Amino acid sequence: MKLTKVVISGFGGQGIMMMGYALANAVMKDGHQVTLLPAYGAEVRGGSANCTIAISDDEIASPVASAPEFIVVMSTPAFLRFQNYLKSGGTLILNSSLIEGETIREDIKVIPVPAGKWALELGDLRMANCVMLGAFARLTGLVTLKSLEEALVSLFPARKAKLLELNQRALRFGYQTIEKEEK
Amino acid sequence: MKSSANKVLLSGNHALAEAAIRSGCHLYFGYPITPQNEIPEFMSEHLPKLKDGGFVQAESELAAINMVLGAAATGRRVMTTSSSPGISLMQEGISYLAALELPCVIANMVRGGPGLGNIVTSQSDYFQSTRGGGHGDYRTITLAPCTVQEIYDLTQLAFYLADKYRGPVIIQGEGLLGQMSEPVELRELEKKDLPPKDWALTGAKGRPGRMLRSLILEEGVLEEHNWKLNRKYKEIEKREKRSESYRMDDASLAVVAYGSVARIAKGAIKRVREEGLKVGMIRPISLWPFPDEAIRKAAEHVSHFLVMELSCGQMIEDVRMALEGKAEVSFYGRPGGGAIPNPAEFGRVISRNYYQKVRKTR
Amino acid sequence: MKKVFERPRLLKPATFHFCPGCGHNILHRVIAEVMEESDFRDRAIMIAPVGCAVLSYFYLDIDVTEAPHGRCTAVATGIKRAIPNSLVLTYQGDGDLASIGAGETLHAAGRGEKVTTVYVNNTNYGMTGGQMAPTTMINQPTTTCSAGRNPEKDGYPLDLSKILSTLPGVCYVERVALTSPANVMKFKKALRKAFQYQTEGLGYSLIEVLSACPTNWKLSPVDSLKWIEEVMAKAYPPGVLVDRKAE
Ligand SMILES: Cc1ncc(C[n+]2csc(CCOP(=O)(O)OP(=O)(O)O)c2C)c(N)n1
Ligand code: SF4
Repeated sequence: MKLTKVVISGFGGQGIMMMGYALANAVMKDGHQVTLLPAYGAEVRGGSANCTIAISDDEIASPVASAPEFIVVMSTPAFLRFQNYLKSGGTLILNSSLIEGETIREDIKVIPVPAGKWALELGDLRMANCVMLGAFARLTGLVTLKSLEEALVSLFPARKAKLLELNQRALRFGYQTIEKEEK
Repeated sequence: MKSSANKVLLSGNHALAEAAIRSGCHLYFGYPITPQNEIPEFMSEHLPKLKDGGFVQAESELAAINMVLGAAATGRRVMTTSSSPGISLMQEGISYLAALELPCVIANMVRGGPGLGNIVTSQSDYFQSTRGGGHGDYRTITLAPCTVQEIYDLTQLAFYLADKYRGPVIIQGEGLLGQMSEPVELRELEKKDLPPKDWALTGAKGRPGRMLRSLILEEGVLEEHNWKLNRKYKEIEKREKRSESYRMDDASLAVVAYGSVARIAKGAIKRVREEGLKVGMIRPISLWPFPDEAIRKAAEHVSHFLVMELSCGQMIEDVRMALEGKAEVSFYGRPGGGAIPNPAEFGRVISRNYYQKVRKTR
Repeated sequence: MKKVFERPRLLKPATFHFCPGCGHNILHRVIAEVMEESDFRDRAIMIAPVGCAVLSYFYLDIDVTEAPHGRCTAVATGIKRAIPNSLVLTYQGDGDLASIGAGETLHAAGRGEKVTTVYVNNTNYGMTGGQMAPTTMINQPTTTCSAGRNPEKDGYPLDLSKILSTLPGVCYVERVALTSPANVMKFKKALRKAFQYQTEGLGYSLIEVLSACPTNWKLSPVDSLKWIEEVMAKAYPPGVLVDRKAE
């Protein structure tokens, strides 16, 4: 795989770091090189959360992304801020259940995913992050669904098996619903 | 596709803590400071579960380093970690650790200074780590990883070298390397023979009492002690210089960089190589002892060296000294605590230097 | 129309970076209000700590210097000795004052330095993400004692105000819980008194404030105030610990 950078952003409590960790872990399981870099410190205090994932089959020089190929935004402030960083021709995937407004960029592809709505269909808004991750996998082909499901296992202790299963279901739901829409 | 079966995704800070515990370091003393809080938090969770484990959140870095001194005096493996302002406070203790020849590992996840600075990654503590830092005529082995895997590997090596040479070993990490996660293979360093700790204070049962001291008033004895330390440092200089050489075989320009800057420079070199520029890199892994011979040797076929740092120029002094005027040196750096350069920026700097200094015609 | 509420003149037109519901918000406002009174501002030199309140100088239009972590009262000593007529205020968290700065605090108090300290007790290290502080209570969880503070390995909480109040150089120590408008007024009165005593040269004065940190307590701002009253105030009872002038 050619070097590809992904930024995931939203506000604290939306499970942004979990998305990043699951994605990076899954990419590793798929056999690629990967780095994951969370925003840390003062930036976090403002209530925003974001992380950068770099994927490649070659050594990764920098874990930082100045112009990422993909950006996933889960909240409006994240959308307003990060749309500017996207590489020309890049793809912006946004949580259309929460984000209103149109992008100011004409050189990018925007894909709305109603992650919040779909999570509610599954019965739990907290699943929006995994729904989005499933949709992301299908839309970008950067990571396999199987590895994402496996990656979640390392995130939940054994006593939280039920929650794990819910999250895995959300992954599949996001993946399959986008797949259906594409057809 | 490369196998990832035995790899785990770890942040640099977790890899460091994990490697320390696996190296038999079950004692940790530290004080919170960003960007390395994940280390004490990890240690506070795991060490108390071990039969011989001990974790104390010290009241200050000054206390932490002296707790390390105490634990090291008993011959057990011990570590503390901090970031720049905290490491400054530890300098007194580090001087005593060097004087008393007590093994321990100190990791500095460097952030922007001076003063409180900020928590963004930096390489501005190079002088502090490689020139001694505290008072007196001493040196500390300083290892600078550039990937999370290398943090894991060098942490184990640090404990080994500390025991082998009886002294503090510094891991010069960086905020960025501690915060980022990468796949890590949890491989064990081959354990070589280490000298017995026949100096450790364990209670004098059945043997004469031992003493650890740095106050040496008898005539000529302090001088002799310093000569002894110096012989040890000479021995370390002979055996423990470490560096990586990257695409140097046909290079006519050599980048010299360490840590995070080296990995970014590597990406930049790949780019300029595609345009046919013959550029390579020497990456010091041990900052002290500095791999001067590798650099001097490279000067036999490289006429220009480009030092890159996330500071306004500290390591460049060592590069100049290593070269003894045998080649030209230029510098590109930025103060730490600011933006992290990207491979494209470095690529432009490298090719500019290349065309100005090496192949003067385009 | 009569104006009944306005922004203190000495609050700069900047937005606080503190979390919603954080005690630092209120304290900065009240300090600005008290500084406006008398000639306090003209003489005041404040020392900002290393902690969430490090950015005080962005909010207060008075003279402020930073100090290294924990060293506020040493820096205060230098200032006071250089300008004896100055009004010196240190503003310190519990990590800054009672942990890394315990030595400086104890000795400034021991010397009876004529300076005033506002001591913000939120039972943890706010800025670095909620680690254990000397004030963390038994069984209270933090990120470096996730199962709760266990005296066996983590030691006991330290009530430094109580210790300081026994020293002859200390003229005034009061503890207030920042939970209601009435209590905020208590803090304001206490600060005025401390400044008064400092001006009279009576010795070292300190006001400890039980202050909310909703972010690291993982409570809502309202529940945080309840927690201060129901839990924290039991371990750290509010009141005057010493007042040498009243004695
Ligand atoms: C020498 C040194 N050690 C550690 C730190 C990191 N640090 C910054 S703020 C802080 C503690 C803050 O806690 P507290 O004093 O309780 O204030 P709060 O943030 O809760 O208001 C620490 C340890 C530092 N800046 N300098
Ligand atoms: S972390 Fe706590 S002390 Fe710091 S600003 Fe937020 S609420 Fe206040």
